Amino acid sequence: MQTFAYGRAAGMAEALAEGGSDTAFLAGGTELLNWLRLGIARPSRIVDIAHLEGLAGIMPLPNGGLRIGALTRLNDVALDDKVERGYPVLAEAILKSASAQLRNLATIGGNPLQKTRCSYFRAEEPLPCNKRKPGSGCAALNGINDKHAIFGWSEACVAVQPSDPATALAALDAVYVTAHKDGGRRIKAEEMHLLPGETPHIDNVLRDGELIVGIELAGPAPHSAYLKLRERESYEYAIVSAAVALDLAGERIVHARIALGSVAQKPWRLTEAERALEGLMVSDTAAIREAIDASFGAARPLAHNAYKVRLAKNAAARAIRRAART
Amino acid sequence: MEFHSHLMVALDVNGRRHEVSIDARTTLLDLLREHLELTGAKKGCNSGECGACTVHLNGRRVNGCLVLAASAAGAQVMTIEGLAENGKLHPVQQAFIDHDAFQCGFCTPGQVMSAVALLREGHVTSPSEIREWMSGNLCRCASYPQIAAAVGAAAALARDS
Repeated sequence: MQTFAYGRAAGMAEALAEGGSDTAFLAGGTELLNWLRLGIARPSRIVDIAHLEGLAGIMPLPNGGLRIGALTRLNDVALDDKVERGYPVLAEAILKSASAQLRNLATIGGNPLQKTRCSYFRAEEPLPCNKRKPGSGCAALNGINDKHAIFGWSEACVAVQPSDPATALAALDAVYVTAHKDGGRRIKAEEMHLLPGETPHIDNVLRDGELIVGIELAGPAPHSAYLKLRERESYEYAIVSAAVALDLAGERIVHARIALGSVAQKPWRLTEAERALEGLMVSDTAAIREAIDASFGAARPLAHNAYKVRLAKNAAARAIRRAART
Repeated sequence: MEFHSHLMVALDVNGRRHEVSIDARTTLLDLLREHLELTGAKKGCNSGECGACTVHLNGRRVNGCLVLAASAAGAQVMTIEGLAENGKLHPVQQAFIDHDAFQCGFCTPGQVMSAVALLREGHVTSPSEIREWMSGNLCRCASYPQIAAAVGAAAALARDS
């Protein structure tokens, strides 16, 4: 691990003032420490924000929604009554993430910023990876790519974003609230992560020194569910996941929001399917399958992951049924 | 704001206060093992994938390999060495013995620390819930049935007492 200097921020203003390209913020640490070990990040300074006051906790908003402080630990979000009752898709996504120990450390503000689990990207010895070293190529494009993207990839990078909470937040149309020494902003969950294009080393829209300070959810989504498909039942990343939030009138779908996880470099909203689902009965399995198909015209499987197309369609259909039952 | 690549860290481990001079890169796991010679918490994967380094930080179970020691300054830490009281094993430790819940023993301190926290958390209402909430501790000898049984027995004992 490269040397760095550690400092503990006494307040938000101080933390933001120190932010910059050569400085990393430390919150839960579950990603940052591994980046440091692998050399994925090589900051010369680390600003510890884990002890800042006022950034943890969950508060109701006047519009009926919730504001979740960025430093709230994952377990504390998932086990919160308001989240469990009002946003089951988020509670389920979190409890299916990582392990109990990791969820006691990892924060809701940090988790969506985790990087891909592509084994070429995380290799201990350097391998061609444009995300790790721009211009070095993509070993996964013609390598082992069974877990890789089926949507939105480029010749430069075929990796996927693995965050379960980020996928749920995208389906909930959540908003990331940020702070920066030059002013903060509000970023829609769907617009946080970037597709690889020619610049796969840029994962998201955050500027150097910009900090997520909170996440805002609109009114409750009680008819929502998260389905995670993986090779072992617990403590494993998704092959495909589906986050669904439904507005129902009896058995009829008034409005549907669906985001797939681990199929692209960002949570992948099924916009066409969402439109096609409007007005369908939740029991009309054939029509629902047809509606989901509407979003798969853009799917481009790689050599080893055509199975993910069918898996993703089935996951979306099952998650819709589960959401309708909640 | 001050930055240091080498610093003094004061923290409470198993009820005793320690002051340690460390490189900023030191993890909580390395502080325990290399500076305090508390080698119960094990270094398995050193990347948060195995749970062998599980300790309690301010009462909550965490992976010691993913905590920067500097960030734990001022904290209360409990390791497997602090579990027995007056020479008497913690009920979870005794349950692991009673159920043969280990073979090589490398993962056992992490398993036990995880289970002790799990009993407090209360996610022990069924065998499947125990397995799910213990999934952050891998056992390469695959003693999982015995581990789950030991945790279930310790939970039942805690409920009855």
